[in-house]
Amino acid sequence: MKKAKLNLPKRILVVSLILLIILAGISFLGLACGSTGIDFLALIKIIFKSEINESMLPAIIWQIRLPRVLLAALVGATLSLGGLVFQAILRNPLAEPYILGISGGAAIGAIIGILLGLSRFPGVSLLAFAGSMATLLLILVMASDKTILKKDSLLLSGVMVNAFCSAVIMFLISMTQDSRLHNIIFWLMGDLSVADLDQTFSLAMVLIPCFIIIFYYSNVMNLLLMGQEQARAMGVNIKLVILILLVITSLMVSSTVSYCGLLGFVGLVMPHLLRIILGPDHRVLVPACILGGGAFMVFCDLLARTLPEQGEMPAGVITALIGAPLFIYLLKRSSR
Amino acid sequence: MSFAVKVNKLNYHYSRLAVLKELSFDIPSGNFFTIIGPNGSGKTTLIKILAGILKPLSGQIDISGQNLKQYTPKNLAKKISYVPQSVEITFPFTVLEVVLMGRSPHHGILALENQYDLDLAYKAMAFTSVEALAHRKADQLSGGEQQRVIIARAICQEPQIILLDEPTASLDIAHQVKIMDLMEKLKTEKKMTVIMVSHDVNLAAMYADTILLMNKGRIVKIGPTAKVLTYTILEKIYGCKILVDTTPLGGYPRITPVPAKYQKITDSKPLSI
Repeated sequence: MKKAKLNLPKRILVVSLILLIILAGISFLGLACGSTGIDFLALIKIIFKSEINESMLPAIIWQIRLPRVLLAALVGATLSLGGLVFQAILRNPLAEPYILGISGGAAIGAIIGILLGLSRFPGVSLLAFAGSMATLLLILVMASDKTILKKDSLLLSGVMVNAFCSAVIMFLISMTQDSRLHNIIFWLMGDLSVADLDQTFSLAMVLIPCFIIIFYYSNVMNLLLMGQEQARAMGVNIKLVILILLVITSLMVSSTVSYCGLLGFVGLVMPHLLRIILGPDHRVLVPACILGGGAFMVFCDLLARTLPEQGEMPAGVITALIGAPLFIYLLKRSSR
Repeated sequence: MSFAVKVNKLNYHYSRLAVLKELSFDIPSGNFFTIIGPNGSGKTTLIKILAGILKPLSGQIDISGQNLKQYTPKNLAKKISYVPQSVEITFPFTVLEVVLMGRSPHHGILALENQYDLDLAYKAMAFTSVEALAHRKADQLSGGEQQRVIIARAICQEPQIILLDEPTASLDIAHQVKIMDLMEKLKTEKKMTVIMVSHDVNLAAMYADTILLMNKGRIVKIGPTAKVLTYTILEKIYGCKILVDTTPLGGYPRITPVPAKYQKITDSKPLSI
């Protein structure tokens, strides 16, 4: 047993590889499934550029399904990682961008941007970032009082921030009367259908450096779980590290929110599931959350596209249907 | 003589309430140094300043001959490790994982452990008798076990100075003595400087080389045990009747606060042998 711990790099690689295979498998399924039915053979033919007669299918797969699958993977990775970071900083396994109201703050900024008629990038994204930073600041001010770091009060303040954000969003929506209304509402519930390949690519350019920075701080996040004083005594520059992690995380979350709205509970489901399987070491969990969270979101989007007989439902509905009961279960278990 | 810690005119206050006033003292290397004093005398604040957790408002502190301000958090962590008053492990790390965290300041950013770290971790766990718990989840252990895990982590950090804030407060008497024996072993075998805050004056009396008695943010007395733990000083500072005699083992000062029902008998004369 003495040797077991030494294989950490190997463990990271094996876990990443397994999750990568799962992600690839689900993505393949996501590419093959659609309103035209499931067709694996055609997909394989298209991937290997064999000649096929149906002229529409390659276009559908490359221009509609592929960007969507990629976007779902990116968003799932971001939200899972966001949840993981907040859980480490607040030392609370129930923390998550959506539950804390940070996604809500980003949504307010994004809606203002949409109503002002700004382009999605950089206008809407910047306003969403500003909104998420504002709510984050509000939560940190509340959390600086030590009592609020206790699970219940932190969650309560999150609920209140969320309620306030919802009210502002409703206010903004009710002031709107034109055709953008339907778009906004659908987007709010978490909508991945808007993706095109260029947008997804530019989102990836923002997100992937963020993933790398967070992985860089994964051992520091382990130390943070022991409490800030302990982490400081083990050589962590607490203020700097927390500032970097929070800014990076709200940048990630707000850019995904400005693309695809509010997808709740993803940051709760994956970190929790992976922590049960892999243990709490962030050096393993960070890559696992990126790949596993991506796979989870692609899967949820697949359900959202294929479950309804006609059309589709917002992916946020699926994530909330899975995540909210899990949240209640976790809350009940942690308060025992 | 080399000094592990030199403190000169240290001041600290929370908002407007002064907590530490003009403290100056030295701690020789390899000393078992114990800080005692009534509640609210500033002991914990002092030890947190030495650990680099709180920043002193004025005054100078040298750690191993270098100004505290010149240390990066990481370099300070290589010199000093800190065991806090209450330990709360809330995430399901194994005991081994927690102890290995002590190696972080010696490594790069991902802190990937090597065989040396692992051997050191097992030695540290053996030192505090938690080796058998190595693969148990630390969040499921008792308070006393968690305390010993955290001390093992602090030892694994390979510091020259170890700071402990009331390490025996949550332990039964057997473990209290065990922890104190351990600290003495760190001093004699590993040549560490042990700096400890304690409420237990009797334990302090049996182990400490030097005692620093504080009250209301000031130093009342600093020196060898027998010079500090006298009934005149203690009665004045703690504000209660105190009996000081010596232990049958080793002849250390033994401090007994006198219960009200015996105070009449002792009112007439000071109690000391």
